[in-house]
Amino acid sequence: MRSLRLLGYGWAHHFKIMSRDPFNGFLAVTWPLFFATVAFFMFRTSGDAQALFIASLGATVMGMWSVTSTSAGAAMQRERWHGTLELLVATPVHFSLILLPITLAMSTIGLYCLVSTLLWGRFLFGIDLQIEHPLLFFVAVPATIVSIGLLGFLLAVTCVRYRTGWALGNALEFPVWLVCGLLVPITLLPDWVRPISWALAPTWGMNAMRESATGGSVLPDVAACLALGLGYGLAGVLVLETVLRSARARATLSLT
Amino acid sequence: MTSLRIFFVGGLTSYRALFGWLTPWIFIPTLLVVPVFQILLFAYIGRAANLESDGFYVIGNSLQSAALPCVFAMGHTISGERYQQTLGFILTTPAPRLPLFLGRALPVVANGVFVSAFGFACGVLLLDFDPPLSSLAPLLLVIVVTAVSCTGLGLLNGAVGLRIRDTSILSNVILGLLLIFCGVNVPLDELPGWISTTAQGLPLTHGIEAAREVAGGASLASVRGLVAMELAVGAAYLVAGLLLLRYFEEQSRRQATLERT
Repeated sequence: MRSLRLLGYGWAHHFKIMSRDPFNGFLAVTWPLFFATVAFFMFRTSGDAQALFIASLGATVMGMWSVTSTSAGAAMQRERWHGTLELLVATPVHFSLILLPITLAMSTIGLYCLVSTLLWGRFLFGIDLQIEHPLLFFVAVPATIVSIGLLGFLLAVTCVRYRTGWALGNALEFPVWLVCGLLVPITLLPDWVRPISWALAPTWGMNAMRESATGGSVLPDVAACLALGLGYGLAGVLVLETVLRSARARATLSLT
Repeated sequence: MTSLRIFFVGGLTSYRALFGWLTPWIFIPTLLVVPVFQILLFAYIGRAANLESDGFYVIGNSLQSAALPCVFAMGHTISGERYQQTLGFILTTPAPRLPLFLGRALPVVANGVFVSAFGFACGVLLLDFDPPLSSLAPLLLVIVVTAVSCTGLGLLNGAVGLRIRDTSILSNVILGLLLIFCGVNVPLDELPGWISTTAQGLPLTHGIEAAREVAGGASLASVRGLVAMELAVGAAYLVAGLLLLRYFEEQSRRQATLERT
């Protein structure tokens, strides 16, 4: 219960901070919109209304991942700059309970992206939002957000010894957009890419949202998405244990 | 002579400082990996939607990637100096501003050319893009002109940095607008009229058009008008940037807002 309360307070606290930060708030919403706009123009030119609608759903997941990737890569370094990393690591609670709400708050900012992208598509490009299973759509969206947040957590802990983790997060933005089939069908990519796609939760989150919109089977994709998210979380905790033990032993947490 | 020294020595120092900051750990992910995946993303969208050839997207996105260092680095010339608390020292020197800032632009142009050329090379290796050998030299010229032009816009961005705290957000917005407006991934005649009209006054637009014609086999002479237009647009932004720098510098002295953080 105490851990849940910490997660809840941490999430709300960081969500408020990020919502008011121009970089994580304004830019996080507008940056994917630029790419969504170009994609909308491209799919509109092709004259395929269904592809345009699916692209608008994909653009919402693009936003969720964009918000998370760069910020998660920089999460540890930001605490280091603030001079709070050592204090947070030294607290009695496990550090993962402090870091996880940060990355979950980042992916929750993706909700702004979802709303803005769908409205952008509706009012500027006339894309009708026709969801066959609205209830399942509202199951698929939080599942995608949580799993992306957990992927961000894994990314954040991986970057603990990397001073410029934001650059790695930044570099992972487009590859995930491409490999997870957010705008391009995975079948169009080389065969060797598919196992990578399957290992990434946004692929299944996108599938779930697409299936809920077109009336397909949603729950298997949601289950795969959440299972992968859980896997990222567990892997993140294990990696964190290892890197923190190493940083304590070698006194390298501050990287100075 | 003093101006030449400021231009070349200042430019060289700035170049060394830039690469002191842009370590491989930042340079490779942000300036090499990101542009390549942007090219791949749009080339595959083009394939999915049965639109243009791979070459269309390789050329558009590779040239747009030249804008990435040009807009960001020039924006950083002001905000970075302020962050390191050296802006006041620089602006109190009697050094003429023209060589001071143009010297800083030189390595930025070189950086932009390298990033763009890398994008073209990856396009050849990874996608169905095979420009004729005879087009390589004209393409390189178009890349250089486009990088110069984008640096002009970057200088204007840097000048605005004397007034606003965070140029990185503005730089991102500029890059996003260039992506939409300049025909990078969508032919200009398929964009709304007001967008394609606006694009005529932006860097990249004419450079991309010239590069596509050259890669299609046209001679450099046949695209000289486009290249000249690209250069003229860049020069206009450069002049506007220098004038705005002078204006904001005077304003910041008068209102004591130079170190606004």
